Amino acid sequence: MELLKQFFPLIVSAVGIVVVFGIVMGVVAYTVLAERKLLGWIQGRIGPNRVGPWGIMQPFADLLKFILKEDLIPDKSTKFIYFLAPVVAVTCAMMPMIVYPFGPTITSIDWGFLPFGIGQGLHALPLVVARLDIGLLYVLGITSVGVYGIALAGWSSNNKYSLMGGLRSSAQLVSYELAMGASVLGVVMLAGTLDLSEIVSQQTRSPFKWYIIPQFIGFIVFLIAAFAETNRVPFDLPEAETELVAGFHTEYSALKFALFFMAEYINMFTVSVMCTTLFLGGWYVPGLSYIFAVGSIPYAIFSFLGFMAKLCGFLFLYIWVRGTLPRFRFDQLMNFGWKFLLPLALINVILTVIIVYLVN
Amino acid sequence: MATTALFFIFAGIAIGCALSLVYNRNPLYSAVSLIGVFVALSCIYITLAAPFIAAVQILIYAGAIMVLVIFVIMLLNLDDDKPYRRLGYLYALGGFLGIVLLAQTFFVFWAVTKTTKPAVAGAFKAEETVGRTMSIGTNMYTEYLLPVEIVGVLLLMAIIGGVILVRRLSQPELELVVDNELARRNEAEEADDYRIEL
Repeated sequence: MELLKQFFPLIVSAVGIVVVFGIVMGVVAYTVLAERKLLGWIQGRIGPNRVGPWGIMQPFADLLKFILKEDLIPDKSTKFIYFLAPVVAVTCAMMPMIVYPFGPTITSIDWGFLPFGIGQGLHALPLVVARLDIGLLYVLGITSVGVYGIALAGWSSNNKYSLMGGLRSSAQLVSYELAMGASVLGVVMLAGTLDLSEIVSQQTRSPFKWYIIPQFIGFIVFLIAAFAETNRVPFDLPEAETELVAGFHTEYSALKFALFFMAEYINMFTVSVMCTTLFLGGWYVPGLSYIFAVGSIPYAIFSFLGFMAKLCGFLFLYIWVRGTLPRFRFDQLMNFGWKFLLPLALINVILTVIIVYLVN
Repeated sequence: MATTALFFIFAGIAIGCALSLVYNRNPLYSAVSLIGVFVALSCIYITLAAPFIAAVQILIYAGAIMVLVIFVIMLLNLDDDKPYRRLGYLYALGGFLGIVLLAQTFFVFWAVTKTTKPAVAGAFKAEETVGRTMSIGTNMYTEYLLPVEIVGVLLLMAIIGGVILVRRLSQPELELVVDNELARRNEAEEADDYRIEL
């Protein structure tokens, strides 16, 4: 029993990881469908509507297709790295999901019903898998390792289009990482912590406490850098179809291609979560605490739904932009990143330092 | 117990990756192995209750510096059939440095076993804050301010050096550089002609 009691937190974490994985994968699968539908509407088409009513079974059909297709491996590729690249891409995309604060802490459950008294000493159920002191740095660090997936895929395919795509993407991601890191510094300074749950709980008094108001420049810089970090239109140069066939994943097929595809959409999810958490108050829904008691289960459920609504707003923005904007040229991209975005982020940091100093 | 097991797993990964880094002929494989070493090291930092150092290790070494290394390797496309014999004298140097490192390790081990362990209350208190972001920041800007400032100046120098190296020259400057280069080449060619005549 003592052993079970000791391992109980680990079991809770494992269950939490499975649940979070399910949520993220569900959202990712339906983001793909939503993207195809919305792009269809934007372009005056209908979009997928054959699999199930309104095409809602389309993601599963796509997955089945990816699994059943033949997996081609180029003859002259560097085999080990060719296999490693999609694994790195999707692992690094998935790892940050343990620190996302999906909702408030539930305090109203009585854990006495659990057998053998393993629930003793448990009072609160936070809706986050792991509360890390360095949560924000953890997310930035892991996503920065995700570059290797793309760069190594481009190099190991032994294809000139792949190589150009890989080179472009490593240059682009390294450049925009700086602007992204600098843009969140303002929030970190105002909050005084890197813990994502703590950053959210500081914004939960009123919507005017949201960091988007004092950090509007930081928010805009973060949003633009996020588009570049996830290789989305207008910054999708690593896979520019008109120039590079399909960029770094030209030679990838079947499930390996699906892994890259999944990594891209999980990364979209990640930056949307970061935008919501850092600038829009995370799971906080204004006025909800007047209707339900803080810490109760309905409060947590509606907070979670509010979080998902904000998140889906950002995902919609991604799709909308993809349907509207043309692509940058590579030199424009680099000039924009280094000569406009990074200085803007640094000015924001300096302004925040001055304001924080004067207020304190 | 669990911490010890984790330490041996990550230390094993780090050593394995380091060996593959040294023994691989393909530079890209070496670079990927080095990333493995960095990731394993940062895992060890986490087991030592230093999460900030671990995050910074990943963010800076694995996420930024190694990307540039891989970028260069991809651009240069090195051929791996170079003769390695001309670097033979480095074996002696490497062996010597290895012995020094081993001696250092044993000295640290010996010194740690000699010192008495601190009182339990003090150790517990240290565990609470040391390694946290807040305490590292506070220490950096109070006790260790001078080293931080020196490192800042050093990095600024490196940035300015980089900017000067890659800056585009204005037209008259560029002409001057080209003229100098041409003059140097002409001299070299004349010297060659002279030598041939001799």
